[in-house]
Amino acid sequence: MPEASTRPASLHRPGGWQSVRRNRPAMLSLGFLSLLALLALLGPPLMPEALKTTSEGAFLPPLSPGAHAPVTHLLGTDKNGQDLCYRLLSGARVSLGVGLSGAAISLVIGTLYGMVSGFAGGRVDALLMRTVDLLYAVPRILFIMIFIAAFDGLLKDAVDGLRLHAQASGWLWLEDTARRLLPYSKIVVMVLSLGLVEWLSMARLIRGQVLVLRELPFVTAARAMGQSGWRILRLHLLPNLSTLILTYLTLTIPAVILDESFLSFLGLGIEDPAASWGSLLKDGAQVINPVESKWWLLAFPAALMSLSLLALNFLGDGLRDAFDPRSGD
Amino acid sequence: MLTFLLRRLISSALVLFFAVSLTFLLTRMLPGGPFDREKTGSARVQEALQEKYKLNGTLWQQYTSYLADLARLDLRVSTKYRDWSVAEILGQKLPASLKLGGIAFVLASTLGVLLGMIAAMHRDTPVDWAAMVGALVAISIPTFITGPFLIAIFALWLRWLPVGGWGSVSHLILPSVCLAAPYIAYVARLMRNSLLDVLRSDFLRTARAKGLTETQAVARHAVKVAILPVVTYLGPLAAHLLTGSMVVESVFNISGAGSLFVNSIQNRDVFPLCGAVIVYCALLVFFNLVVDLLYSLLDKRIRLHA
Repeated sequence: MPEASTRPASLHRPGGWQSVRRNRPAMLSLGFLSLLALLALLGPPLMPEALKTTSEGAFLPPLSPGAHAPVTHLLGTDKNGQDLCYRLLSGARVSLGVGLSGAAISLVIGTLYGMVSGFAGGRVDALLMRTVDLLYAVPRILFIMIFIAAFDGLLKDAVDGLRLHAQASGWLWLEDTARRLLPYSKIVVMVLSLGLVEWLSMARLIRGQVLVLRELPFVTAARAMGQSGWRILRLHLLPNLSTLILTYLTLTIPAVILDESFLSFLGLGIEDPAASWGSLLKDGAQVINPVESKWWLLAFPAALMSLSLLALNFLGDGLRDAFDPRSGD
Repeated sequence: MLTFLLRRLISSALVLFFAVSLTFLLTRMLPGGPFDREKTGSARVQEALQEKYKLNGTLWQQYTSYLADLARLDLRVSTKYRDWSVAEILGQKLPASLKLGGIAFVLASTLGVLLGMIAAMHRDTPVDWAAMVGALVAISIPTFITGPFLIAIFALWLRWLPVGGWGSVSHLILPSVCLAAPYIAYVARLMRNSLLDVLRSDFLRTARAKGLTETQAVARHAVKVAILPVVTYLGPLAAHLLTGSMVVESVFNISGAGSLFVNSIQNRDVFPLCGAVIVYCALLVFFNLVVDLLYSLLDKRIRLHA
């Protein structure tokens, strides 16, 4: 990449944002994702109570009226008579939330690691990068499973301990909160585990870019003015890495969502009563058979999940085309 | 060349050692042990079992004694499936995964490279657009959706292929396509971008100037250079595909090695887990070596040094 040194501001190409805005699939994807996020955030609280609870009307097909309450099940109901539309939107909350926060954790670790490695150079760089190489040699699923096994017990015990302590002290509201939080502790565990595993590629990428940036005159100037390493990293390098980070955040989110759904599909992730797209697909796959097709339980989660991942990938691709100096013009 | 191979051998052994150590130590440090569900849960039974399976003493003692056994090429026995040695378990579960992964790898590399070339040579036409949108769709849809979908169409509706199971050639088609689909797409995208870069370069302009058609220029000159990033990607991919996919194997009801990782951790069955990691790492370092050798074959300017 010889032209990189003659094109110092390559990360902030002036047309970057304009090129994203002109990218129709990317903008369409952004619109879809914003709509989905809005629906997932506002939808569940605004829905009538009758849709949120279990009912006797199990496996009702789409657009059928509720068993008792005067509601319409837009997308049908599942085996517990719960409204699929409600489950799908609360699942979207979990899946998107896990994807976003998991990707954010991996981003922070990867960025810090890559920046330190690239900026320090020499032996530190070699050591840190060999470590990344070695971590690549261990299957990812192994680390994810080990982290889940390690954190799951810890966090459950902590929340349960809090509940018992509150019970003993007579703080009813705290006891109640702790009891309701218990099924959701698994979500936190998933976020931590996936975040702690996904940062390797990010670290490599950031390090490569820092290696280019640190040779540029403005870094030398900052050094000549006596600024410390951390200050240079924070004030001069981080802003120049921001679009690259944003781009790969967008591309890491679908990867984390996919990992989470994969684990939930295998029954290792999100547990009832909480739901994610993966656990909904697992429930759907369990009741599918050629005799009596409950197609809606599989089709709607699959469609929503695939569309969301597609939109995230389109958006990430658009950002990468616009901002990644290595992706060519 | 000889020193290169020798140095690579040493570094490969180090990677293997590191991966096995990390797996063993982390798994043994996890809460819960392999004998927790014993019906006769007395402390003495636990101790006897731990001694029988050489999991007694401090973590360090367990670790060094395991390494000593590994040096004697003894992979030990499973603590969950009591009558089975790790070598037997691998011998039974690996062949199906190797076969399936091998077919998927061939599909991913050939179809992917071909699709990527076609897309690059028809840049910004509907052909390119369709190939790249198709690739993004294939990447975005997880295998546990494509799997049931393929079964519903080709097995339940058209009745062309069996739903699942293992045995004849027809059993291989759906799972290998399902396994390969996202990787065909990755390779196609990689190949397209890389070929587009090469098509802009000077030596290709020369090739066109001396009268070669675009197809001839690509086939004789561009592909050899453009395929290098794809070759890099294919090394780790081979190791990944050959060690089995848990989702594909469970969707199509195949007894393979894909579930070995997850199930072994769930059961705290440390020796089969380490065995699987050894196989994965050995494949990984082997294919990375193949990649480096291919590199020097494809591009004569690259010298091998580790």
